[in-house]
Amino acid sequence: MAKDLAKALADLKEDEAVAIVKEKLDAGADPMGVLNEAGKGMEVVGTRFSKGVYFIPDLVYSGEILKRVNELIKPKLKAGSDKKTGGKVIIATVAGDIHDIGKDIVVFMLDVSGFEVYDMGVDVPIQKIVDKIKETGAPVVGLSGFLTLAYDAMKQTIDAIKAAGLREKTKIMIGGGQITPEIVKYTGADNFGKDAIEAVALAKKFMVAK
Amino acid sequence: MAKQWEEMTPAEKRADLDSKWLSPPEAKYANAEAEKEFKARVQRILDAVNMKQPDRVPVVPMVGFFPAYLAGLTPYDVMYDYDKLMSSFSKFVLEFKPDGHLSVMNSPPGKAHDILDYKLYAYPGHGVAKEHSYQCLEGEYMKANEYDALIDDPTYFFLTGWLPRVMGALDGLKMLSPFTNMTEMYGGFTGAALIPFGLPPVKAALKALMDAGDEALKWVGTVGAYGAAMTAAGFPGFFGGGTKVSFDTIGDTLRGTKGVIMDMYRQPKKLMRATEQLTPIMVKMGANMAKQNGCPIVFIPLHKGADGFMNDEQYKKFYWPPLRDLMDGLIAEGCVPFPWAEGGYNTRLKVIKDSPKGKVVWGFDTTDMAQAKKILGDVCCITGNMPIATLSVGTPEDVKNSIKKLIDNCAKGGGYIMMSGAVVEDVPPDNLKMMIDATKELGVYK
Repeated sequence: MAKDLAKALADLKEDEAVAIVKEKLDAGADPMGVLNEAGKGMEVVGTRFSKGVYFIPDLVYSGEILKRVNELIKPKLKAGSDKKTGGKVIIATVAGDIHDIGKDIVVFMLDVSGFEVYDMGVDVPIQKIVDKIKETGAPVVGLSGFLTLAYDAMKQTIDAIKAAGLREKTKIMIGGGQITPEIVKYTGADNFGKDAIEAVALAKKFMVAK
Repeated sequence: MAKQWEEMTPAEKRADLDSKWLSPPEAKYANAEAEKEFKARVQRILDAVNMKQPDRVPVVPMVGFFPAYLAGLTPYDVMYDYDKLMSSFSKFVLEFKPDGHLSVMNSPPGKAHDILDYKLYAYPGHGVAKEHSYQCLEGEYMKANEYDALIDDPTYFFLTGWLPRVMGALDGLKMLSPFTNMTEMYGGFTGAALIPFGLPPVKAALKALMDAGDEALKWVGTVGAYGAAMTAAGFPGFFGGGTKVSFDTIGDTLRGTKGVIMDMYRQPKKLMRATEQLTPIMVKMGANMAKQNGCPIVFIPLHKGADGFMNDEQYKKFYWPPLRDLMDGLIAEGCVPFPWAEGGYNTRLKVIKDSPKGKVVWGFDTTDMAQAKKILGDVCCITGNMPIATLSVGTPEDVKNSIKKLIDNCAKGGGYIMMSGAVVEDVPPDNLKMMIDATKELGVYK
């Protein structure tokens, strides 16, 4: 069997990836090193997605494989050794909208890309998002919504961030099935992404701009 | 004597449904003008469906609760008060004058769902605000290891496995034995199969079903009265029925998006077998409704096969075969399948070009319509794509520009119906009015 965990994960070979992790940990490998290898595999998954080789099912499946890998590694990690260093990002599906599939993929991809993600869930009241920005000081906020009712909820959320005096130091990206440049303008967001990889790219860009 | 339905060929069934749509036997028109307009509207739609050039592009906005919002009401109001449902939806059609209406079926009977403790959707006053529409709560209502049970006997699985999970009041149905056990008295077969019906949890479930049925009857009274009133005023219903592709039945309703994705990798054969098993059931669902309503068009909202939701190979393996089979099955029953591709379908156009020629209507949301016309123009009627974002936040002038562009790209030679790309909820009324009026102005064939 190949011992290349990154490759097994990148190629979505579930059983092989899990077997390699078990073998390595049993042989006394450094769990942090194994986790980093898995991270490299996930980077390839992301690259393949942005090149149109992989699609949503591949991202979701890689997430499930990674979950199994993490379950094996996590008990052996020293507390705090896997601390995120990419910066803080708040993600929420806006008030009135309860859709979570797209948001969850964004959260997952941001997480594996090293961001410290605050996933606020769905149907998140405006004030809670404002409070979370104050509490965490996150410089990037991602607002998700699938329905057209999200247009106004996004606009109202961004207006409230503005009213709280936080807009200058917060970059805001939006996303969802019916989001277009027209809606970016309407809501007053900084930009939108059409998928999770674009969300990661935007977050990275926003972090550098800070 | 007229031929029995079962003896008719698919073409005869279709002709029967078309003629019932054009001249509903039970129609009572308000006046001669209304009758003339009714027939002209159906003919306009039929011409487009049949890839001929009508007098002008038909326009049918895909409205959700827009008529309620227009009347200053909430979705909750019309889901619980059928008089309000009737008055607001009638007012919309009479004022905006689209070529077809979408019935009031999109506004389900709220109380019936309360009685059943319905959990598959959050709906106004139950998980979403009264001001918003209902939204699906996806979950693994069928477990990964239950494919065999589903394939073995779909109805028994729905009855005893799925229903108790999505309708709290039907928990007792878990205790039912298969109805097919009631073969005969001999050996106590019927006796044994009847036992569950004496048990209190089963009785409670049956009582809930009967109470919900009473409510559904009240609701369908309004559905029927609304259809009759619109016919009287000269406005035909657009859809005869609706159904789902079996892959979406599994992905949306049984396993959820994540569940069905995992199944594509972990148990592809069982997933495919289950889609095959469910397809004839999905055909019957749409065809029976169309026959009952005397209108051939069967709505099929498409979800999990959109651009990005699977790769080309997966689409051809898992999604297209059940969709193609569903369309063939509906056509054999005289129906016109109306697959409605939510999201983008740009990468699927070459695959769906293999749709039964001249016998389907493809509806699109955000797909590039110039490309769609180019690829499907000689295959079938296409529709949709009036951007919901523009209808929601644009000006009437923006809407008019979009209509002009769509007509330029799609209307040539016929075979196009103007529709919104997604369901119209709380948009500025002037924008929707413009969508209809601009199509009437710019969509005339000369």
